[in-house]
Amino acid sequence: MPDLSSLKVGDQVAQRDFDITRDSLVRYAGASGDFNPIHYRDDIAKSVGLPGVLAHGMLTMGISLSPVVEWLGSSAKVLDYSVRFTKPVVVPADAPARITVSAVVGAIEEDRARIDITTSFEGNNVLGKAQAWVKP
Amino acid sequence: MVNPAIEGKRYPRTPAYEVGREKVREFSRAVFFPIESQEQSNSELVVPPTFPVVIQEQSLKLVLADPEAKLDFSRVVHGDQRFVFERPIVTGDELTSELHVASVKTLAGNHLVTFNTEIFDSSNKLVCTAISTLVVRGENA
Repeated sequence: MPDLSSLKVGDQVAQRDFDITRDSLVRYAGASGDFNPIHYRDDIAKSVGLPGVLAHGMLTMGISLSPVVEWLGSSAKVLDYSVRFTKPVVVPADAPARITVSAVVGAIEEDRARIDITTSFEGNNVLGKAQAWVKP
Repeated sequence: MVNPAIEGKRYPRTPAYEVGREKVREFSRAVFFPIESQEQSNSELVVPPTFPVVIQEQSLKLVLADPEAKLDFSRVVHGDQRFVFERPIVTGDELTSELHVASVKTLAGNHLVTFNTEIFDSSNKLVCTAISTLVVRGENA
């Protein structure tokens, strides 16, 4: 990450597409310990009125920060990270769900900067107020 | 469903969880996180910033197993999440967590439950606070 003095509000620091598949969901369930069946069972997802199997919100949250950390060079530079889950990412059994992550400098303070992250799926933002406070 | 009476309830401290290198690699791959670029030989590894969810999950299991809470997991969707770090979490850390139910609200037939999970290291210093709001969808929602 460049030093704070070289950053300007509005600078884009990351932009990338990610393909989430059912495999991704199973892998994330195992890695995180979140085995809520709405993330892998079509029948259960439907029975509770969901449009289909959903990606774990935490998976989308994790993926969305990954390109930002790559830019930072270390996750040790992340002080605070928060998101709202505003829309689900529906992952079909036989095709990937593509999300697009874009991150810009939202604010700069004396010793830290706020990175604002936009993550979209099928044209809608799936995270609201996704913000990471980072230090150089 | 969730029982609104659990507002304010504090759950017991979880047993120590040791942050292992292979677990961090596994979690990193799962969130498309470039852990290879952060690996240096013989040095500790800083976890991806959403890794504390693994510790939060240990505490959440206590709520799910609590008959008083009556939390129906299949009706739960995640509303929001935040991690506030006092210091980075690294491999070798032994972490415990303590969850309390910060609030239970009802909104349009759904319950919103906010949990604060404090994560401590082996010297009992706070390293991270995980704040999570779950939406428990009502029968007609």
